[in-house]
Amino acid sequence: MIRVVLPPHLRGLAHVTGEVQVDIAGPVTQRSVVDAIEASYPMLRGTIRDHITQQRRPFLRFFACEEDLSHESIDTPLPDAVVSGKEPLLIVGAIAGG
Amino acid sequence: MSGVRLLVGTRKGAFVLTSDGKREKWDVSGPHFAGWEVYHVKGSPTDPNRLYASQTSGWFGQIIQRSDDGGKTWTQPGTPPGERTTPEGTPKAESNKFVYDTSAETGKPLTTHQFYDGTQHPWEFKRVWHLEPSLSDPDTVYAGVEDAALFRSTDGGKNWKELSGLRGHGTGPKWQPGAGGMCLHSVVLDPSNPQRIFVAISAAGAFRSDDAGETWKPINRGLKSQYIPNPEAEVGHCVHRIAMHPSKPGLLFMQKHWDVMRSDNAGDSWHEVSGNLPSDFGFPIDVHAHEPETVYVVPIKSDSEHFPPDGKLRVYRSRTGGNEWEALTKGLPQRDCYVNVLRDAMAVDSLDKCGVYFGTTGGQVYGSADAGDTWAPIVRDLPAVLSVEVQTLP
Repeated sequence: MIRVVLPPHLRGLAHVTGEVQVDIAGPVTQRSVVDAIEASYPMLRGTIRDHITQQRRPFLRFFACEEDLSHESIDTPLPDAVVSGKEPLLIVGAIAGG
Repeated sequence: MSGVRLLVGTRKGAFVLTSDGKREKWDVSGPHFAGWEVYHVKGSPTDPNRLYASQTSGWFGQIIQRSDDGGKTWTQPGTPPGERTTPEGTPKAESNKFVYDTSAETGKPLTTHQFYDGTQHPWEFKRVWHLEPSLSDPDTVYAGVEDAALFRSTDGGKNWKELSGLRGHGTGPKWQPGAGGMCLHSVVLDPSNPQRIFVAISAAGAFRSDDAGETWKPINRGLKSQYIPNPEAEVGHCVHRIAMHPSKPGLLFMQKHWDVMRSDNAGDSWHEVSGNLPSDFGFPIDVHAHEPETVYVVPIKSDSEHFPPDGKLRVYRSRTGGNEWEALTKGLPQRDCYVNVLRDAMAVDSLDKCGVYFGTTGGQVYGSADAGDTWAPIVRDLPAVLSVEVQTLP
């Protein structure tokens, strides 16, 4: 079970509170986690990554285990602590205006 | 008793303001979509409970919301809360997917437009500025977007398809963004001719289709703009808004970057009707519900000073189709007022007397229940108002 913390606005769109959890068969990567989120919460398609290019939206970042993973390959395995469910993957909105 | 419902989009959410036909006491609901920019909310003329909203964010992109109960509850079309995927694991709909048509089958795909510095720049979808529901079918709705293009949904907003004949008709490389971006902000449907659609783009100009959006032509003859190399060019004009009265669909009014314009031949040619306005710069323009020659504008000092001249918030009304304008000031601040009124932030109801409404960047929504003679604030302290629409309810 992979734990994911969504930004507050995306929690509102998905009608969830707190963390979300997704099951992933196979490698746990940024791509597979976002795939799983979009499958469970289709209203979030296009909000985390572009519909066509699949690129992370520029004002979003991926953090885990106190590391910024935003510029890792989207197919790089996530840290063991995320895979084991000990730590969540944080999807964070950039601090930019308001 | 009949009533009215105002649909207000702001920088931080949407608000629904309702009143009875007297339009004196108002109920306020919202914010809906709190924290998001809501560029536009508009109801279907054929089903007043069907509303569409453009919810957008620099972080998370574009969301389309739909209400089927007059704004009490909202869903992303095709993806109701609590319902997840189809058995195949795919979304039921893609209501926020706006993808430019680059297929070889449907025209001449365009890849660039002019950027601020004069170089060519790829088209990049940013947001929906304006939603225009069909005059006959509540499931059909048009979306004017930035970077400028026109999309249409025929399934209640679940899926969108570009009407690529507009972007691809040939002048696209000469279009350029205005200060607000390169946006298609006005969509006007002709009630007498379902084949005819007008749109306006900053900064490209006005365009007309006579075949339901398949093909388009610029309709900018008569416009003069000093900020382009040829002031009378076919395209490149920063049109801020166009408006029509349903009973005279060939009569159009335009608030351009500078100049208030009029066309008596469905846009084939335009002439200036700024007349005695204190400034002919401004954003919104609208037409009285029962008097096709009565027009409203809100003069703004200049393109670098986006506030009313002399700190006085004045709506100007012409009862002669332009040229002769009177200031409407009763109930509006006449000193120290430095708000702006954006292009989609004025609307009229169809009661008798005609109600006129507008919202400001200072968060006020003003209303007049007597065609502009007197005004009162309905709300004073909303976030900056981006758009105001009104529904006249039975």
